Amino acid sequence: MEFNPRIVAFLCNWCSYTGADLAGTSRMEYKSNVRVVRIMCSGRIEPTFVLRAFTKGADGVLICGCHPGDCHYQEGNYRCLRRFLLLQKYILQMGIETERLKLEWISASEGKQFAELVNSFTETITELGPCKIKDTMKVLT
Amino acid sequence: MEGSKPKLKLAVYWAAACGGCCVSVLDVHEKLFDVVAAADLVFWPIAFDIKYRDVEEMPDQNIDVTLFNGAVRNSENEHMAKLLRKKSKILVAYGSCSHLGGIPGLANFSTKEELFRRVYSESESTVNPDNVNPLPEFEVKEGVLSLPDFYNDVRSLTQVVEVDYFIPGCPPQTERLLEVFTAIVSGAELPPKGSVIGAGTKTQCDDCIRKKTENKRIKKFYRPWEIQDDGVSCFMEQGVICMGPATREGCGYRCIKGNAPCRGCYGPPTGVIDPGAKMMSSIASIIDEKEPEEISRVLEDVVDPAGLFYRFSLPVSLIRRKLI
Ligand code: SF4
Ligand code: SF4
Ligand code: FES
Repeated sequence: MEFNPRIVAFLCNWCSYTGADLAGTSRMEYKSNVRVVRIMCSGRIEPTFVLRAFTKGADGVLICGCHPGDCHYQEGNYRCLRRFLLLQKYILQMGIETERLKLEWISASEGKQFAELVNSFTETITELGPCKIKDTMKVLT
Repeated sequence: MEGSKPKLKLAVYWAAACGGCCVSVLDVHEKLFDVVAAADLVFWPIAFDIKYRDVEEMPDQNIDVTLFNGAVRNSENEHMAKLLRKKSKILVAYGSCSHLGGIPGLANFSTKEELFRRVYSESESTVNPDNVNPLPEFEVKEGVLSLPDFYNDVRSLTQVVEVDYFIPGCPPQTERLLEVFTAIVSGAELPPKGSVIGAGTKTQCDDCIRKKTENKRIKKFYRPWEIQDDGVSCFMEQGVICMGPATREGCGYRCIKGNAPCRGCYGPPTGVIDPGAKMMSSIASIIDEKEPEEISRVLEDVVDPAGLFYRFSLPVSLIRRKLI
């Protein structure tokens, strides 16, 4: 069976979600593998959200926020960036490929960039194959 | 204790543990006399010779309270967890290993094969030219000798059987145990099943004895031995990683009073699912850098985030073992 990755995308309300919306209203086509979770700010994304997405079966997690300097809450995206870099270090230790977790800045006008990002990320994850996490969590004795 | 009341039946058992939890029970010192005045110790392998068979022969629910310490890492641990569950009215996960997987739980960073290879062939002190490895069963002329089956995964007690209460700590603070014991003996109403007892609900930081300011701006993290601790300010504000923000209060600030940062043995506070995730948040908020390269440079000092943040809790955390 062809592998159809499951991707969870956390999009900040003010820029990235609007950007994704623009991609939609402009009828741009992009891969349908992404499940979008809208949050107010990328700084709201707690590491728990990301880890939970993986343990619940996401093959990739995409985080999008406003460009540096543009966060509606001033510093949220910097906080997000620092969490992201630490998370990458951690998931690598746990045996999850760092490519499975991606952070990109998408502004409200970047519908096209969003569509391209989703396509290229889906491609990366398709090449990596399914994340082993679900099987591993089952192993007990 | 009224003379008419029957004595409580108490058991203490160790599974995959270091023995420290049993010692913490012994640390009641002369209060042990109060304990034995109110309770009969019916099973306690570190202290006296009662066989598993004797426990197997007890009627179900015969023991009032069992303090089960240690994680479940092999078939013997699992057998005893199930047996003691059946024989006890109240089963308490006592100490970090039983509560969270604890230090033995760090084995979930490896597989059984990796552990065996390291221990039976690669370690510097191993001399094993014939490559002898332990087998669960071995035939000799007298019959078959057997060893417990060593599992791939270390589990906490609640991942194996239903647990009534959790007393955290590596080891739990003896004073807390006495409080719990006194409450049980006095017949006081017990907290709801599944509660963490003998500890608080908030984080260590909430009432920490060290001074905190609002100004948390870190450009470099240090190992405790790399800086001169001022003995007064919050460790984190000095750039020393302290697990306080992700750890339940209740130990009496044992390590912090000894001028060492908290390592997280009491586990996450109420409402926190994953201590490491909480730590990642805390650390990310105090780093005073905005450029990816600069942030990464600061994070180089966090050498082993997984081992540091999940030192006591790997088996119960969201990603409970290294992927295989
Ligand atoms: S981080 Fe550690 S030293 Fe600082 S307040 Fe919290 S428990 Fe205390
Ligand atoms: S300070 Fe932290 S590591 Fe030390 S005993 Fe208390 S909870 Fe455990
Ligand atoms: S509002 Fe978009 S990242 Fe903060």
